[in-house]
Amino acid sequence: MSSNAITIPGVQIDEKPWVDTLHEWVTTVDHKRLGVLYILYALLFLVVAGVEALIIRIQLMFPHNHFVSPQVFNRLFTMHGTTMVFFMGMPILFGFANYLVPLMIGARDMAFPRLNAFSFWLSAMGGFLLYFSLVGANGLYGAGNAPDAGWWAYAPLTARAFSPGHSTDYWTLALLVSGFGSIGTAINIIATILCMRCPGMKLNRMPLLAWLNLVMAGMVLLAVSPLTAAQFMLLIDRYLGGHFFDTQAGGSAMLWMHFFWIFGHPEVYVLIIPCFAFMSEIIPVFSRKPIFGYPVMVAATVCIGFVSMSVWAHHMFSVGMNSYANSFFTITTMAVGVPTGIKIFNWLGTMWGGKIQFKVPMLFCIAFLFQFLTAGLTGIMLGSAAFDSQLTLSYFVVAHFHYTLVGGVVFGVFAALYYWYPKITGRILNETLGKLHFWLFLIGFHLTFDLMHIPGLLGMPRRIYTYEPGRGWDTVNLLISVGGFIQAIAVVIFAANLVVSYFKGKKAGNDPWDAWTLEWATSSPPPAYNFASIPLVASRRPLWDLKHPEDQ
Amino acid sequence: MSAMANPFPQAPATWRLPDRGKVAMAGLIIAESAIFTIFVVAYLFYVGKSLTGPTPREVLETPIFYTICLLSSSLTIHFAAKSLARERVGAFLGLWVLTIVLGGTFMYGTGQEWHRLIYEHGLTISTNLFGTTYYSLVGLHAFHVTAGLVMLSIVAIFAVVGRVQGEQSRRVEVLSMYWHFVDAVWVVVFTVVYVLGR
Amino acid sequence: MAMLKMKSWTLRFVAQTMLLLFWSAMAVWAIGPKDSSPHGTNIFAPASTPAKAISDLSVFVLVITGIIFVVVFALLAYSVIKFRGRAVDAGREPAQVYGSTQIELAWTIIPILIVIVLFLATARVLHAVQDAPQPPGAIEVTAIGHQYWWEFRYPKLGVVTANELHIPVSNPANPTPTFLTLLSADTDHSFWIPELAGKTDLIPNHPNRMWMDPLRTGIFLGQCAQYCGVQHAKMLLRVSVDSPADFAAWVRGQQQPAVQDASVATGRRVFESNACMNCHAVAGTNANGRFGPDLTHLMIRATIASGAASNTPENLRLWIQDPNAIKPGSLMPAMKLNDSDLDAVVSYMETLR
Ligand code: HEA
Ligand code: HEA
Ligand code: HEC
Ligand code: CUA
Ligand SMILES: [Cu+2]
Repeated sequence: MSSNAITIPGVQIDEKPWVDTLHEWVTTVDHKRLGVLYILYALLFLVVAGVEALIIRIQLMFPHNHFVSPQVFNRLFTMHGTTMVFFMGMPILFGFANYLVPLMIGARDMAFPRLNAFSFWLSAMGGFLLYFSLVGANGLYGAGNAPDAGWWAYAPLTARAFSPGHSTDYWTLALLVSGFGSIGTAINIIATILCMRCPGMKLNRMPLLAWLNLVMAGMVLLAVSPLTAAQFMLLIDRYLGGHFFDTQAGGSAMLWMHFFWIFGHPEVYVLIIPCFAFMSEIIPVFSRKPIFGYPVMVAATVCIGFVSMSVWAHHMFSVGMNSYANSFFTITTMAVGVPTGIKIFNWLGTMWGGKIQFKVPMLFCIAFLFQFLTAGLTGIMLGSAAFDSQLTLSYFVVAHFHYTLVGGVVFGVFAALYYWYPKITGRILNETLGKLHFWLFLIGFHLTFDLMHIPGLLGMPRRIYTYEPGRGWDTVNLLISVGGFIQAIAVVIFAANLVVSYFKGKKAGNDPWDAWTLEWATSSPPPAYNFASIPLVASRRPLWDLKHPEDQ
Repeated sequence: MSAMANPFPQAPATWRLPDRGKVAMAGLIIAESAIFTIFVVAYLFYVGKSLTGPTPREVLETPIFYTICLLSSSLTIHFAAKSLARERVGAFLGLWVLTIVLGGTFMYGTGQEWHRLIYEHGLTISTNLFGTTYYSLVGLHAFHVTAGLVMLSIVAIFAVVGRVQGEQSRRVEVLSMYWHFVDAVWVVVFTVVYVLGR
Repeated sequence: MAMLKMKSWTLRFVAQTMLLLFWSAMAVWAIGPKDSSPHGTNIFAPASTPAKAISDLSVFVLVITGIIFVVVFALLAYSVIKFRGRAVDAGREPAQVYGSTQIELAWTIIPILIVIVLFLATARVLHAVQDAPQPPGAIEVTAIGHQYWWEFRYPKLGVVTANELHIPVSNPANPTPTFLTLLSADTDHSFWIPELAGKTDLIPNHPNRMWMDPLRTGIFLGQCAQYCGVQHAKMLLRVSVDSPADFAAWVRGQQQPAVQDASVATGRRVFESNACMNCHAVAGTNANGRFGPDLTHLMIRATIASGAASNTPENLRLWIQDPNAIKPGSLMPAMKLNDSDLDAVVSYMETLR
């Protein structure tokens, strides 16, 4: 990138042929470009998996509906869950980590730029492999053409006997490949944060975003690796005739469950911790106060990281563990609520006594707080093993996790996009469209996922392609589906906003939000080398020091 | 650039950060340990659960000699790296090649054992749960030794043509971290497969 | 500008509050004492001891989390409204507060105490439900999950049936609970009758156990809750809780071999000369397959194919002609019988009471 690229794209007169531009993007090792690639790729998958969700919702609008066949329905929820978690959630958060971490710690790039590019392309490969199953998977007569074993792929449904053809192989390979990408990125994030900080940026002066991403990366190392190991075993079973999960030869279905959830539970915190990070950066700026209890926030996050490594079997309360194991996982699960509560209270403390500005990013943050509170409390209900024996595998669980994943992660990501878009593109996202997007998405979200708790309490299991009338599930399901479509409209508005503002948006300047962290000290978008001279910092809020010399 | 060309004028204090190569290798080792842990757990979980023979007690022999080879290669690589840090390139090369030879011997031992198991006892990865877990765990480790040997050999080639000097000693140290890890894993695998698993 | 800000926070708050109210109203509607119609699958309408224990615990947990919700929601709403930025004092930054140790301690310790209470309450119920000893008078049933139907065996009574479980009502003074051993023939399944007990999975190579002691008679509904393949959705369950006399009569009926009716000998021949008998058992005949449901007393059942259709002659005919028409993906193949064979076999089925 030459230095004239600092000028705002769109205004810039680009004389290069588009092939060259494309080539530059494909071969880039710049952390900012890779970050943008991650984000765009993830948004694409948000729409793909979102459309899958809409088809699911159409099918479930009425009892005994025939919009899709049971086979297709099963593929839809498997692809929806897998895509959303692995090819929407993880990449978009890695994208932000890539873009922001070096800028916020005053570095010129990630520790290993080429590893960074490699990891991105591995993740991208994973997504393409998963969807390539649509054309490549049916190897045998009657075999399906997309994975259909659910996003946890419980054994023995993945064994050759129950899953002929190649759809499960594509699923495994996709996750294996993107898993290597995730591990590479995690190592890179850790090395960057520990080894690339600008002078004066001691660990206790790092922005919380860097801290939280450090914890997240650590969790990726400890969580994704077990998944990788389990996928190897599954491949050994499917291709070399192994018996790890082959129940006919004495293999154990339980073993896969444990391995999957040893990954799966920490995974959900891998998704939420970067969103906590967004909250910790955005809420202070729009409350005009520093984050409340910085050291406690760091400690609580580390604590969440550790405790959440020991709660995995709360996803297995119905599989027949004895009452002691169930009690153990009840207490560890609920214990996670304590540090998480501390975080919520500290954000509250940050807003308390501040001067809150209701800009769009802040609106998403406020909604996040309310929604994550609710989501966490339904989590506590699920954590009570006895209560969970009724709730598990029902729509109550589906409601809980969409509350965390949509109400938490997606809202957090939207907040981050509105907040950092000016830095990335040099233009501010349109506020009116932004508010419209916010309100519509909020309404759609609540219509869909508040109501979704009810069929769960009324005994509706998840993963069913149709249901019996007359059990109190009918009207609720119709309303839930309507909510899904309202969300879709909101997402369309958001996409329009991204495009329109890119060309016509208000110029941002370096520091549109009057913020305090280092990324706002450079131009928007930042030049390839980020900072003309490497900054030196003396506090947690370097730009505050600049703007308020009297405080020194 | 922007108006804030040098916005942070404080004088730099002494500012030292950890070596990124070592940090990254530590990260990789953490991830790898997690992978091995899962395979070890699976191995232990299935000990004695095979529905048919052969059992570990019937067919496994403890590879004491090859284990000594592998473990001593940790020492040789350690001193090799030390020598390079002190610019003693000749000693480095000698110890380095010795490491490769010891690692190679170990791999030969594994090959022998597999050959014996397959051709004398008919134990393959699909025979029973023991076969599945045994070949997976030992194979995973052998794969790591092989990968290590490839990297060590590349360094050795560079060293022979005189391209490895004192400046490279940090990178060599990173590689030796990996090799120590592979050795340490063998201690676990050995205990699990040849001691506990029988 | 100030107007706009005002509007946005008021709207926000109003909307959030309304949603809260809406949500709680819906919850009350769900929880509230609805009609005790036999077809409910409401987890808050328990009809047995374990379900009751769980339901009581659930209400307790709901109340505690509800209080936390209201308190924290109120604090958040208060701070969002109270500390909104006003145009009047724009430009000045508020006091910069960095934290407070006392407050941090408070909001660490209180949640810890709450967690301990919730844990103890849960552990008590877990122990009561999971570690209950099996009394001598208990009925023993082995439930085996198949893709996509249920096999029920009563080893002590010598009864084998499918899809519709019969158990006696249990008198608290002299309890006759039913203890189920849960097995699977293929993939994971989960046994779930919300009003009688929480779920327990049926997992290959991993026998599980559960029990229930229904306190009133009637039909209780449920369905397979663990995803088990294409027709997971139509792996429905009916539990008929009978009075002791009805139960005894049912058992006696089930213990009989199949009715031998000479008028349907053709149908029987069709059944036995096609592959039917490889998959289905009819006691007292050569048919002893175990891949599909036992058909000895088929006509006693109200539904066929695990609740996918009601047990009428038309449905039966349609099912045998093409199971996929009723339950696409079911593991029974279409037998491609000609019309007369089909009619004969259906008439045969209809004699199996
Ligand atoms: C971002 C993702 C995310 C997050 C953050 C969480 C957070 C939590 N989750 Fe959730 N969960 C999922 C995503 C997530 N979950 C997913 C995807 C699944 C299902 C996967 C599948 O089956 O497909 C799932 C499933 C799931 C289950 C299994 C249900 C089942 O299948 O039977 C359980 C059970 O314990 C659970 C519990 C919790 C708990 C206790 C928390 C806690 O971390 C919440 C902590 C927060 C609070 C408690 C609120 C704030 C705290 C206070 C205000 C302090 C005061 C509170 C107390 C004293 C309690 N979750
Ligand atoms: C981050 C993760 C994430 C996200 C964001 C979502 C978002 C949504 N999810 Fe998903 N979901 C999961 C993760 C996620 N989900 C997981 C892990 C499972 C479990 C899978 C399993 O059981 O294996 C699951 C399962 C699941 C089910 C249960 C299926 C079943 O058990 O049978 C349902 C049912 O309603 C559902 C619905 C939705 C809806 C309506 C949204 C909405 O919020 C989506 C909103 C977005 C859009 C709608 C996209 C916008 C669309 C456009 C811009 C295009 C416009 C075009 C048209 C209108 C044609 N999800
Ligand atoms: C390959 C095995 C197989 C063959 C052959 C077979 N069935 Fe079935 N049958 C099944 C299975 C499996 C089910 C359960 C399907 C389900 O509920 O998903 C079933 C269910 C049924 C049912 C419903 C039973 C109930 O209790 O709900 C009837 C009736 C039936 N079969 C009759 C027949 C007849 C008549 C024939 C021969 C013409 C036949 N079957 C051949 C496997 C078979
Ligand atoms: Cu059986 Cu789902
Ligand atoms: Cu979890």
